[in-house]
Amino acid sequence: MAEVTEQDADHGHGSVYRVAGALTITRAATTQRELDSLPDPITIDLSDIDRMDTVGAWIVYRTVRDRGAKVIGASRDEVSLLKQVGEFDAPARVVPDEPHNFIAGVRELGEWVVDAGRTLIGLLGFFGATLIAFAAVIRRPRRFRLNAVVQRFDVVGVRALGIIGLMSFLIGIVIAQQGSVQLAQFGAEVYTINLIGRITVRELGTLMTAIMVAGRSGSAFAAQLGTMKITEEIDAMRTIGVSPVEALVIPRILSAVVMMPLLAFWSMLTALIGGGIFVWLSLSIPPLAYIQHLHDVIPITDMWVGIIKAPVFGFIIALAGCFQGMLVQGNSEEVGSRTTTAVVQSIFLVIVLDAVFAVFFSSIGWV
Amino acid sequence: MTSVPKELDPAEIPPNCQPIITVRGLRNAFGEQVIHNDLNLTVCRGEILGVVGGSGTGKSVLLRSIIGLQTPETGEIDVLGENMVGRTEDEAKNIRRRWGILFQNGALFSTLTVAENVEVPIREYFPFIKPPLLDEIASYKIAMGGLPPDAGPKYPSELSGGMVKRAGLARALALDPELLFLDEPTAGLDPIAAAAFDQLIKSLQERLDLTVFLITHDLDTLHAICDRIAVIADQKVIAVGTIPELLALDHPWIQEYFNGPRGRAAAENYKEGATA
Repeated sequence: MAEVTEQDADHGHGSVYRVAGALTITRAATTQRELDSLPDPITIDLSDIDRMDTVGAWIVYRTVRDRGAKVIGASRDEVSLLKQVGEFDAPARVVPDEPHNFIAGVRELGEWVVDAGRTLIGLLGFFGATLIAFAAVIRRPRRFRLNAVVQRFDVVGVRALGIIGLMSFLIGIVIAQQGSVQLAQFGAEVYTINLIGRITVRELGTLMTAIMVAGRSGSAFAAQLGTMKITEEIDAMRTIGVSPVEALVIPRILSAVVMMPLLAFWSMLTALIGGGIFVWLSLSIPPLAYIQHLHDVIPITDMWVGIIKAPVFGFIIALAGCFQGMLVQGNSEEVGSRTTTAVVQSIFLVIVLDAVFAVFFSSIGWV
Repeated sequence: MTSVPKELDPAEIPPNCQPIITVRGLRNAFGEQVIHNDLNLTVCRGEILGVVGGSGTGKSVLLRSIIGLQTPETGEIDVLGENMVGRTEDEAKNIRRRWGILFQNGALFSTLTVAENVEVPIREYFPFIKPPLLDEIASYKIAMGGLPPDAGPKYPSELSGGMVKRAGLARALALDPELLFLDEPTAGLDPIAAAAFDQLIKSLQERLDLTVFLITHDLDTLHAICDRIAVIADQKVIAVGTIPELLALDHPWIQEYFNGPRGRAAAENYKEGATA
């Protein structure tokens, strides 16, 4: 192993670094540390080395380069290896140059604004392209891809029944339980039914379904289209003459628009069943009385409020998912980030629109 | 089955050969589909061994078996004197340190720059090597791979196909391996870049005393740099030898491969190049 000799008999000689055995990557860190601790001028004695790899040679080379060290006792092979690694000497740069602090901050802000503007314009453009494609399909119904749409119905709608049903059922129970605890303080437990009925039918059924569809299908749309973008499948489609918007985007948007109201209705139904079971077991109101009471307190307009919103939410979710998927470029990491953006954007837009709808329906007297 | 002379039989170890990879009786199957059956192969220290075979004959599966990504049904695989089958992760780590692998599409980590890619194996095995030494090591490895210095801080998505391969090669060389596995290194490169890559492999092999296990379809590569060639067909290695030795066999696939129009053109080129 390494043997370090400091020749202090003659101060003019500085230090001698003698390595024995192998000078390889295995002991590169130690070698570098030992060399760093030695005073200049250094003489490196390689006469006892039996193996040297390029990393070992590099350490010797950089010591010679940076500190003017002298190398003695190198064999022919070692001299040639030292010369070879020297040929590969290049300025070391690991990450791209980045300006720091203020300028970087301003630039980031500017990039963010430009990015946001581009996204908005892009989304509008995408919306327009979708409408045009819809119009083209309506004009020539033979271009309509029934199989693709039906397959999407299955994936977006039928396969979501289980999870949406379970989620809504549990939410129905939670609302009933929390509501009954609060209303019991006024002795008004029976109003729990009003609470369950109106809140699930008017608001929560559709909203929870939209969030679930955004997480389940909106993300899938973005990831599918993004992956197809990376593997150049979408380019291939274009060159064959198949419009990607017609073949990929329209079936997805159509399936979300058609399935959302059905799923929302299913969600309302299961939430009411969940609430009903709680009411039955906890407040001893039998199912028939529960249904009769629901019938009395829920105006039919509540049902319309819930159902009318659903296809709009579905459209927003599918549009955001497909749009973000089509924006993917470059590497697979972007598929992930675009998918996240799609879900966040669609849930945000759904909640904003929900507020707009709430104001609208109140103002037309559907309260 | 064609009879193969004893010196080309893959089960035989050639004279003056110090085996660095030994595969004995390898069997790989996916469900009903048998890929390899009783496959034998020896790679000697210091040689460039080319592996050829038609599409779907299991060249890549053989590579994956040797490097331990695919557990064979039966068979013995020794790499660098250690048995590879049934090893634990920890035991395998010591061997993984001693080889480098260039995957077909580079398999660079897309979120890291080229230099950071090269640093990954070094950081993993030698965490005490710190910048600036670490960065300098990455930089000379990148230069060794034949890339310009400004490639270091670039991300893989900014590189051309040939540069991705060179960056992958630089990462494969990061730990100064004794053994280099290359999976179709010249596939997808233009002929000039492919020839340059061949020469790069050859010169690195000579300088660094490497043993190279190389899967290829590229006849020019076989002529230009391979010491021996292993031919995979009928679920096994049917023969190992130099091109003239293989041409002496009357196996139909070998004849078609080396004596087809492309095979002859490559041979002509190489002869002209050698005499010029």
